[in-house]
Amino acid sequence: MKFGILQFPGSCDEVDALNAAARVGDAELIWHRDRDLKGADAIVVPGGFSYGDYLRAGAIARFSPAMESVIEFAREGGLVLGICNGFQVLCEAHLLPGALLPNANLRFTFRQVQLEVLNSGGSFTRACALDERLSIPAKHCWGRYYADERTLQEMDASGQFVLRYAPGENFNGSLHDIAGVCNEQGNVFGMMPHAEHAVDDLTGGSADGLKIFQSMRMSVEGALAR
Amino acid sequence: MVIRTLQSDTDHPAPGHSEDTLPGLTDALALGLTAQEYELICEKQGGQAPNQVELAMYSLLWSEHCAYKHSKKLLRTLPTEGEHVVMGPGENAGAVDVGGGLVCAFKVESHNHPSAVEPFQGAATGVGGILRDIFAIGARPIAVLDSLRFGEIGNRRDDQRVRYLLDGAVAGIGHYGNSIGVPTIGGEVYFEGPYEHNCLVNAMALGLAPREQLIRSAAAGPGNVLILFGASTGRDGIGGASVLASAELGEGDDDKRPTVQVGDPFEEKKLLECSLELLQLGLIVSLQDLGAAGLTSSASEMASKGEVGIDIDIARVPLRESGMQPFEVMVSESQERMLCVVEPHNVEAVMALCEKWEVNGAAIGTVTDTQRMRVLDGGVLVGDMPVRALVDDCPLYDIHPQKPVDPVYPPPLATLAEGLDANATLLALLASSNIASRRPLFEQYDSIVQSRTVRRPEQADAAVLLLPDGSALGVSIDCNGRRVAADPRWGTVEAVLECAANLACVGAEPLGTTNNLNFGNPEKPHIAWQLTEAVRGLGEACRALDAPIVGGNVSLYNEGASGPIYPTPVIGMVGRLPDARRAGRLGFASEGDQIALVGPFAPDLQAGELHKLLGQQLPEGLAPIDIAAVRATQQAVRDAVRAGALSSGHDIAEGGLAVALAECCLAGGIGARIELGEDLLEANTTAFALLFGEGAGGFVLSGPAAAMEELSRQAPLQVLGVVGGAVLEISHARVARHSGVASTIHLTLAELRDAHGALAEYF
Repeated sequence: MKFGILQFPGSCDEVDALNAAARVGDAELIWHRDRDLKGADAIVVPGGFSYGDYLRAGAIARFSPAMESVIEFAREGGLVLGICNGFQVLCEAHLLPGALLPNANLRFTFRQVQLEVLNSGGSFTRACALDERLSIPAKHCWGRYYADERTLQEMDASGQFVLRYAPGENFNGSLHDIAGVCNEQGNVFGMMPHAEHAVDDLTGGSADGLKIFQSMRMSVEGALAR
Repeated sequence: MVIRTLQSDTDHPAPGHSEDTLPGLTDALALGLTAQEYELICEKQGGQAPNQVELAMYSLLWSEHCAYKHSKKLLRTLPTEGEHVVMGPGENAGAVDVGGGLVCAFKVESHNHPSAVEPFQGAATGVGGILRDIFAIGARPIAVLDSLRFGEIGNRRDDQRVRYLLDGAVAGIGHYGNSIGVPTIGGEVYFEGPYEHNCLVNAMALGLAPREQLIRSAAAGPGNVLILFGASTGRDGIGGASVLASAELGEGDDDKRPTVQVGDPFEEKKLLECSLELLQLGLIVSLQDLGAAGLTSSASEMASKGEVGIDIDIARVPLRESGMQPFEVMVSESQERMLCVVEPHNVEAVMALCEKWEVNGAAIGTVTDTQRMRVLDGGVLVGDMPVRALVDDCPLYDIHPQKPVDPVYPPPLATLAEGLDANATLLALLASSNIASRRPLFEQYDSIVQSRTVRRPEQADAAVLLLPDGSALGVSIDCNGRRVAADPRWGTVEAVLECAANLACVGAEPLGTTNNLNFGNPEKPHIAWQLTEAVRGLGEACRALDAPIVGGNVSLYNEGASGPIYPTPVIGMVGRLPDARRAGRLGFASEGDQIALVGPFAPDLQAGELHKLLGQQLPEGLAPIDIAAVRATQQAVRDAVRAGALSSGHDIAEGGLAVALAECCLAGGIGARIELGEDLLEANTTAFALLFGEGAGGFVLSGPAAAMEELSRQAPLQVLGVVGGAVLEISHARVARHSGVASTIHLTLAELRDAHGALAEYF
């Protein structure tokens, strides 16, 4: 199973994502100017400050040739994981509903947070148990999830809220304590905390993040088997 | 025939411009040169007065900031060699061997004056500058630490300016480090009166490289091409080096605002990747970053090291503003630019890489064998100087140290009433600005990007970074300026020992040291004395620890009408531990663990935090330190940590033993029951001296009784008590009173945490 990790000018956590994915399958970097996704079974849009966050975080990355291929890939049902800046890019590309606004305290904040798994049946969390707690580091300036009330109701009804900050852990002011959402089809998923860092107790505070990558592998292999 | 062009009038008349004549002595003085220096320059120019381009370049390269006129002779006394040293002082950064074919490059630098004028950009570009120094020698930056000093902060003071500087500097460091993807893994901040008008922002960076990828900056090969790559050149920071860094800040420094550089971490990220790829592909002969004095210093220093000449045509420099004068192009401090020397057949490949990474790349000059620095404007010669004169022949000055008879600094402002009991005193110390938790600061930093960070801020005394072979680096940055003011020699020894103690607590052995000497005006005898004594202590301690200086920086003239800063020799130290999984932690961990005081700890209240809060004047000197005994204890602690024998280790610093115990309880989320024995009490003048006195060489360790027993054979050790419960309790074998006031301590974790969170209100 192969993961493709996008690399934009200004990406910071793409090598971390590459190394995390490589613990679970094959993994390769995809340069932003390439349209060729190199046969990847799943795409990871990583964290960082693509294009210097010029205009808005993720606003420019979504127009890159690689992202155009990813949008097509997603429309065809391919698995796409967006982490932090990646989540912002997916919202800008309208692959996910809603938007990420500046943190309530208007500051970049880094904290190891506890997340609750709200939906464990999907492609990105099937290796987790329902209501399981994941310990994942979060580090961002623009992470406050927002969507209008009607959209939120629809998302709730369709089971699109996937991860939530545990009580007391929501430092950015996200509505409904949302930390990660997926699209209606369930093949595109964005999360603000950095799963790619929590793959090793020694440096990540836990290895809980590995479950996201493992879930993706299980989904791909399950689909191939059918 | 040499054609010398004069500066014609434009929208931006050059400083010291005289109509239709060459600049003269008045202009030279305005640029910060002395009359004698100007005369010497004329001599070096073959008896002719330098023109404006030449004078601007000399004024920068002969400024204190670039030439180290008043400090170079002293710095030559420092130890710079050692078995792990791969690159010593003189290059963009130093480097030590860390095993597995890898070297760790590191250095600390200051950006004090710009940060006092514009803290966000001053601090941000300080980080940008030190990062460039790291990848300029071929290493990938893997971490940043910062060392900050501001005036007093607190609710009864008019501290708006301090809060503004603190907020701006922290935000600037976070902005730059986070955006470029280099973790900020540690640092320190102190709030003291003497820094009120002269804040300090020192930034340290580390990098990692395979040994064979290290590159030097000497330009070589006449006929080779000089390529400038990175951001375009504008008017940022013009005159920064000579105007700001070599002079005291006074009234009306608002008009220095245009001289602060503006940084763009996104540009630097692209520049970094481009530089490293150029090196990996073996496309360049030498590399230099552009910092203070821009093209002037970079090109001149490259030529000097290579003993060659350089021709630069400023018409080929990519500009971001129109109508720039030749001297402006040469002295611009626009950020995020590098210079490299490339063999002609590689130029095309280099340009292609610049295009890939979307950075400007321009061939702006050539290496020559003339040993002259020649500046052209579209082929017309506008400046011509011997390289030696520019870089090597700047006069060096002796300083004239004289120990001051009267106190240099006023006593600190008292903020604590006399006669408080030990409980109230401990809470006041935990809430004091120099001791309270720095979490509100470091939570603004990404400390884990690149996935190497094994110990994050507040997890251990030193930061710890994983290496590919499973070993790890330990890093610390320290200096208590107030204690150096009390005793420049022993205070500096203490700072070096503090770094090494922090490293010992994580199990790391020192490999090398970097330092940033932040001092007042060295032309004043009492400051010269501070500097001389501090360098003496620095050399003494580094020799004793086998931790040579591999590079550093000097920042002088940090003073104004209100007086000088405390002498602040900031020390950065890098060490190595063989097994990252055994890296030590600072918090108590297991109920029932024994707690011990280890080392030749001789606590004294003088020059400590408690005396500062009480408004006590500094003593005249600190007690001498038995460096060998402290070193032996550090080795014993380090060995015990490496063996996995201990649960926790923390060195005793500001606030003394009681504060260290409280910090261990808070980090571990568990209490402790301490009983101070007879011999401890007898050895100290008072119970308060034992609880809150400071000095080098003491550690608070916790672990199984057997481990403490074993350790007591390697170092002086006193069992203090046991880990457990939710309270910090410190009692005495016999009832001890300190002038009628209770000296026992009984505080819940919640009470400790509440006091310790005092800095949160400033963010």
